[in-house]
Amino acid sequence: MGSAPASEDVASGDVHLPSSVQTAAKILVVGHFAVGKTTFVGALSEIRPLRTEEVMTEAGALVDDLAGTKAKTTTTVALDFGRLTLNDSLVLYLFGTPGQQRFTQLWQDMTRGALGALVLADTRRLGQSFDVMGVLEELGLPYAVALNEFDDAPGHDLAEIREALDLLPETPLVRCDARDRISSTHALIALVEYLLNRTSDTSDSELEHV
Amino acid sequence: MTASGGRPRRSGDKLVRPYVVTDGRSEPSRNTLDLVTLLIATDDLPLTGLSPEKRALMELCRPGALSVAEVAGHLSLPVSVTKVLIADLMDSGHIVTRAPIPSARPTEARILQEVLDGLRARL
Repeated sequence: MGSAPASEDVASGDVHLPSSVQTAAKILVVGHFAVGKTTFVGALSEIRPLRTEEVMTEAGALVDDLAGTKAKTTTTVALDFGRLTLNDSLVLYLFGTPGQQRFTQLWQDMTRGALGALVLADTRRLGQSFDVMGVLEELGLPYAVALNEFDDAPGHDLAEIREALDLLPETPLVRCDARDRISSTHALIALVEYLLNRTSDTSDSELEHV
Repeated sequence: MTASGGRPRRSGDKLVRPYVVTDGRSEPSRNTLDLVTLLIATDDLPLTGLSPEKRALMELCRPGALSVAEVAGHLSLPVSVTKVLIADLMDSGHIVTRAPIPSARPTEARILQEVLDGLRARL
């Protein structure tokens, strides 16, 4: 009997992976606050989405306190994630994570070994997606953009949005409804198709690096 | 029986600060653990002498494989703390991990193809 409480799901079974699973892959679902990351992960996950947190220490470089101690701020960053068992031996994890620039350490940890990222964007607040895309580009993680269609969002055509977001011609841009499993699956497929094409395109010309 | 000696303490979980759970350490004894590293509990070692948190971790993992992130989520512990506990349990032979994805290109392409097939099959 454990004394630390495991979540209730554990008691009800179905939380563990089949013993045949050999490989775990991860894809990040990123975007600004309230863009629908948690909803998206929840729509696709086969388990009740889990939340964990990472406690990050940020050195307070600009803070000068009287005691002369080095000021540090601790921030808790929440990660929501879900799981999809794709075949007998492969499981995919989706991590929804906030896109703030200042969480660089977390970003590096999350992007290591990730296949790619899906950027969720909201047409009412396109400008807020730049930060996230900037971080991904800095880290060299390939991404696709999915517009989460909010009911009251103005309908723009994709070409306009592509231009507004200043996307590379090859970067996929799709619409999705984060509440809907099928629609969200299509958005992920668009990302993975892009990643796959990219792999075959670059395997000859591009060397190692990342 | 832990490294820090037998100081008795109540298991109160949430009342215990994370650094107490890890004996004051913030870095795991090995640096190979990723959020999606898959963990498998070995059956043959006794749990005697393990801290309450490590015991809970073992009990969580015994029925089947789970990722580092899932273990952290189920135990309501931060990822960094969970990694320290897991690394200790690997050192003592209680936990083994599945090898991480090799980063070689052909393998990545194969995994992407499998992911794609798996997603399409869900439509």
